[in-house]
Amino acid sequence: MTALWLMLLIPLSGIFLQAFIGHLRLAGSINVGFAGMTFAASVWLATSVLADGPLLSPSRMMYIDAFNVYLVALTAFVGLTTAIFSRPYMQHEVESRRIGKRRMRLYHSMYQGFMFAMLAALTTNNIGILWVAMEGATLATVLLVSLYRTPEAVEAAWKYFILCGVGIAQALFGTVLLFFAAERVIPVRDDALLWNVLYSSASQLEPTVLTLAFVFLLVGYGTKVGLVPLHNWLPDAHSEGPTPMSAILSGLLLNVALYALVRIKMLVDGSLQTNLAGHLMMGFGLLSFMVAGFFLHRQRDIKRMYSYSSIEHMGLMTFAFGIGGPLATFGALLHMTVHSLTKSAIFVTVGHAAQIAGTQSIEKIRGLIRTQPAVGWGLLMGTVAIAGFPPFGLFVSEFLVLSATIKSWPWLTVPLLVGLAVAFAGIFRHLHPMVYGDPPEGQVAVRANMLPVMIQLAFVLWLGIAIPVFLSKWFEQATILISGSSPL
Amino acid sequence: MEFTQLSLYDQAIMLFAAITLFTSFVMLAQSRMAPLIYTFAWQGTLLAVTTSLVAYVSNHPHLYISAGISFFLKALLIPWMLHRLSVRLNIHREVETVAYPSLILLAGAGLVLFSYYVAIPIVQLSALVTRNTIAISIAVVLLGMLLMITRKKAISQVIGFMSIENGLFFAAVVSTYGMPMVVELGIAFDVLVAAILFGVFFFQMRASIDSLDVDRLNRLREVDE
Repeated sequence: MTALWLMLLIPLSGIFLQAFIGHLRLAGSINVGFAGMTFAASVWLATSVLADGPLLSPSRMMYIDAFNVYLVALTAFVGLTTAIFSRPYMQHEVESRRIGKRRMRLYHSMYQGFMFAMLAALTTNNIGILWVAMEGATLATVLLVSLYRTPEAVEAAWKYFILCGVGIAQALFGTVLLFFAAERVIPVRDDALLWNVLYSSASQLEPTVLTLAFVFLLVGYGTKVGLVPLHNWLPDAHSEGPTPMSAILSGLLLNVALYALVRIKMLVDGSLQTNLAGHLMMGFGLLSFMVAGFFLHRQRDIKRMYSYSSIEHMGLMTFAFGIGGPLATFGALLHMTVHSLTKSAIFVTVGHAAQIAGTQSIEKIRGLIRTQPAVGWGLLMGTVAIAGFPPFGLFVSEFLVLSATIKSWPWLTVPLLVGLAVAFAGIFRHLHPMVYGDPPEGQVAVRANMLPVMIQLAFVLWLGIAIPVFLSKWFEQATILISGSSPL
Repeated sequence: MEFTQLSLYDQAIMLFAAITLFTSFVMLAQSRMAPLIYTFAWQGTLLAVTTSLVAYVSNHPHLYISAGISFFLKALLIPWMLHRLSVRLNIHREVETVAYPSLILLAGAGLVLFSYYVAIPIVQLSALVTRNTIAISIAVVLLGMLLMITRKKAISQVIGFMSIENGLFFAAVVSTYGMPMVVELGIAFDVLVAAILFGVFFFQMRASIDSLDVDRLNRLREVDE
């Protein structure tokens, strides 16, 4: 319990503290320190939940089980590594783009604010608070997307604000409908939004209302997951905002939105006793997967390209959760982990690559491996991993999803394989010249700390070769929780 | 049930709900900035009045708090902020050209019918006195979206956005007598922060593209040939 409160209070106090620290290096170090403490608290929480089972806070506002605890640890971990990356990176940006001190205070304060909102969304037991925290995450990041104040950045931030705002308003309507259905069966009004109460009485909830609620919630949280056709904000926000933002948006926010959707699906499945919610998720997921794969071929901005790759992978996860069997769910959970580790590592590398080349245009980034081998190799390895090459974890999770598809929806393997091939080609056609080409004259290396990237990629590699016992136990418990049976 | 068979308070709820819907239509047709903001303030006021009436009829005292918060935010604070910003940015006298106003209003009427259709399964299940106004709350949400789609000024889009929030709040009040208090406070906090951020954005937009026309935000394209 203490670990849980610590984990939420550390970033919360970070918001206020960082608002007053104008010294850039100090603020960067404090940011790393706070992220580190949050991560330590999350590990403490994770080990205690692993040992003692699900944890429900006395006020019943927080609920930790196998499903969210590993996402909590993952979120805190990626938050830490991105904070480590952000310190030298933002110093370089401040020097080259002349960002004022006030804006950097805002940046660090909102970084902590975003972490707080994410962790609150993951740990809360109340579906209404979940919505509030998701909206809070948007509000925390919207000014960060426009941090550079270029017309493009302001446009991207406005689009992000409006699209996600309207999108998530749908989710609020869905939540109201859910409350409407729940209030009729659950005697105490204030309990009617608590997830554990709802889950235990899911079978009594009125199916027609829940169907309607799920459609609204799918559109709402689906906007934040980046599902096609609600994805328009995502490439813009990723490409125009500062790179640490792109890393945590892609690596964390999308995961948390998908987490919310899966929690809701568990309730709806319990009420409907059919797989309608799953079918909707499969449809949206497959559409996103295919469309994003094709869009990858047409990108000219490196961050835009990798954000389309995020849409593609989120689509695949949504699809896998939609199929819903133990195998697919296990694959989706693993994919969530490896994707967010790999993608945040890639964005970190891409940030350094863009600083080396002085631009984000793919055509002008050349010869990274000669100018700065660490960045070049990082980008190469990261891209090989994200494309799903064998030794890496993404291969395993994609393989699991594929086998689950062959088992339950054989004819859907065709579009899935085509999509994988298209996406693979889309990413690789741009990679080779960026890494190996001739570097333009006068291109010099930048100060970069590639250690977090290497650690994350090593993790992904490890997960691809052998999943450690404690992780497989988590995944198994979470799979049993979501799909009702064990994958092993 | 016949309208005249309802008690006077229930009739009043229906009446105020209908006027709230009417303000949504007024906003759709209003092309001048200052009156648009005033109409939005009126919608917030009507919402608060309806909520207090529901609180009285249904004997749910916590709804008075919701009504108070909603009155303070949606009828006073946010309209005041928008008005002050529009004066400072010197756009309060601007007139926006609304293309095809009659067509938009007809589309709005269509959306109201659609809302009644969507609300049928919910209304059939509900036993609350306010169940007949659930469709109106959905219609306010949809009309807010229509407002956002048809307008190009950033201020009108913000008003559309806030009007969607109004509709959602109204939906929570009339279908379930309001969400639990924690959630309602959280939502109010989010709305407040969003309103402040919108204000910040007006200045950023003015500084970067020298205008508050969202149409001018067109630099990010999928492929720039």
